Amino acid sequence: MLKITDLKAKVEDKVILRGINLEVKLGEIHAIMGPNGSGKSTLASVLAGKDSYEAEGTVEFLGQDLLDLDPEERAALGVFLAFQYPVEIPGVSNMNFLKTAINSIRKQKGQDPMVAKEFLARVKEKSALVELDAALNSRSVNEGFSGGEKKRNEIFQMAMLEPKLGILDETDSGLDIDALRIVANGVNTLKNEDNAFIIITHYQRLLDYIIPDFVHVLYNGKIIKSGDKELAKELEAKGYDWLKEEAEAV
Amino acid sequence: MANKEDALLEELTQQEYKYGFTTDIESDLAPKGLNEDIIRLISSKKEEPEWMLEFRLKAFEKWKKMEEPKWAHVNFPKVDFQDAHYYAALKPKVELDSLDEVDPELLKTFEKLGISIDEQKKLTGVAVDIVMDSVSVKTTFSDKLFELGIIFCSFTEAIKKHPDLIKRYMGSVVPMTDNFYATLNSAVFTDGSFCYIPKGVRCPMELSTYFRINEANTGQFERTLVIADEGSYVSYLEGCTAPMRDENQMHAAVVELVAMKDAEIKYSTIQNWYPGDKNGKGGIYNFVTKRGICHESAKISWTQVETGSAVTWKYPSCILKGDNSVGEFYSVAVTNHHQQADTGTKMHHIGKNTKSIIISKGISAGKSNNSYRGLVKINKGATNARNFSQCDSLLMGNDCGAHTFPYIEVKNKSSKVEHEATTSKIGEDQIFYCNQRGIDTEQAVSLIVNGYTKEVLKQLPMEFAVEAQKLLEISLEGSVG
Repeated sequence: MLKITDLKAKVEDKVILRGINLEVKLGEIHAIMGPNGSGKSTLASVLAGKDSYEAEGTVEFLGQDLLDLDPEERAALGVFLAFQYPVEIPGVSNMNFLKTAINSIRKQKGQDPMVAKEFLARVKEKSALVELDAALNSRSVNEGFSGGEKKRNEIFQMAMLEPKLGILDETDSGLDIDALRIVANGVNTLKNEDNAFIIITHYQRLLDYIIPDFVHVLYNGKIIKSGDKELAKELEAKGYDWLKEEAEAV
Repeated sequence: MANKEDALLEELTQQEYKYGFTTDIESDLAPKGLNEDIIRLISSKKEEPEWMLEFRLKAFEKWKKMEEPKWAHVNFPKVDFQDAHYYAALKPKVELDSLDEVDPELLKTFEKLGISIDEQKKLTGVAVDIVMDSVSVKTTFSDKLFELGIIFCSFTEAIKKHPDLIKRYMGSVVPMTDNFYATLNSAVFTDGSFCYIPKGVRCPMELSTYFRINEANTGQFERTLVIADEGSYVSYLEGCTAPMRDENQMHAAVVELVAMKDAEIKYSTIQNWYPGDKNGKGGIYNFVTKRGICHESAKISWTQVETGSAVTWKYPSCILKGDNSVGEFYSVAVTNHHQQADTGTKMHHIGKNTKSIIISKGISAGKSNNSYRGLVKINKGATNARNFSQCDSLLMGNDCGAHTFPYIEVKNKSSKVEHEATTSKIGEDQIFYCNQRGIDTEQAVSLIVNGYTKEVLKQLPMEFAVEAQKLLEISLEGSVG
């Protein structure tokens, strides 16, 4: 479904990604770990289409090269990014925002706007999934939300938009153990044979709840090691230094 | 991708003023220039009584000795007041009994604007007094209002039919010599609207006037007077669009509101005059004096959505004379391209326990300049006066300016005055967040702007709010790249 080939990215002449190769198939969960500054969040932003990055290489997704598309076109194709720092949009209710998003995507696909009844039913179902207080939906997008509420709201939006590829950018950082469990439960419920997830995280603990099929270590803009969930446990025990040494020795 | 956005931006900023067309109707035009003869001509064309002519001539004498105010944060070439026509009436000037008698050209113009009288007549609950170049064309629903004792007519008609009210209240809130433009208006005003709500009557419909400048090079000088007698209520709407012109046209209106004991006036404006082209050529100069006086326990609420004009100079204000009276000012002012706006309000607390609230939302885009200027003045006798002001500025792009000039004068220790101000930029982060959810940049901007202005827009009557939202979208198209 997703095939990243020799992806490089820089921002204002600063090279951050130095040739990423990664293939994600339907039904898979990939975890990407790595020390600070290794390029994890840049990878997420480049996949979503943030234009402050200059990217080269190819990112094949459902038969198209994502790098040729605008961010909203990527969203319509089924790419969703759960932001590390979700932004606030004062005065725009969460409901209105989601309705606009869903209908923009439907419009791009040549579909009619979603009828109100179906929309409300989906809101009810999906907000229960992440235990999101119904009152939050009438508040402005992320405004005055606690850190945990913002992250749960990201997962709620993901559930509402039903993407093909969900990218979670450090969704677990700053979460207490209950919120972590709720977020993980959301992802596990959404996961099926017809979608895939890339989970970017610092810590192994999220991977106790969301079991990845593959774990990749990103360091200095490259994937330096891939493995299964055991690799995450090894990293937790030993840190990154042994891998850094290994990478630099090459 | 960057190229694509540039192309989109290019396409959208090329967007010309949507309502730029002129109507070809023969005009009854006075010669250019301003002198005593012209004023006598205006007065006689309008078949005015002697006292009205005297008022005009007195104002003209005062005006000749006055100078244009220079303190506003705006820049424009000096206006040559001798190089404009001061009177233009539509021909034929006869009383019309039905729409069939209205010039078909005129009807077409209204249709283009989407405000055909036909449509308006069908709209239940909205009475429209359309002012096109100075002379009122037709007043609808007046029969229904008449039953309640409400007077809603053109200013000219009011001078003839209700001279006592005009003599008593004209110039009582905005004195003849108040400022350069108000004094000029007093001398040469050609028409406008008059409204009187009798004691204890709640006006059952929104009263509305559409203004439109049509004749090339005609300064338009409107005068509006709204009187709400004791315990009455009225909501008044004013909206405008104007045809495209190359030369600058000046507009200097005067609006006076009188809210007697326990009365309430809600005055809403959507202003969409031609702002000039994207290079700053042409456009309307809008120098307006709007002020209301509140007697005991009365309330005046100004709501304005300003998107048009090349230069705006406008401060709808409240004199809170009576104890327990309330003044409100809600404003959205948008400037794009080379527009300049210096707008705000004055809240003058005189009575005890008077309250005022100011919510101002400025949006600047392109190479424009947007200033908020407000005065909160609390007199010595205004015990327990309260004011809350919030002035927010939103910037789009890097070439525009936003300025805030709040003045506070407090002479009573028991008063409480709060002022909050924020300046923000539509963040690339906000736009990218929307984009990532499938919302394109144009729609993201309109979503963010609607959210930002919601507090003000919700003060407008429903159908007006929808119109305002559309107007904001049109005004800001292509502002973010």
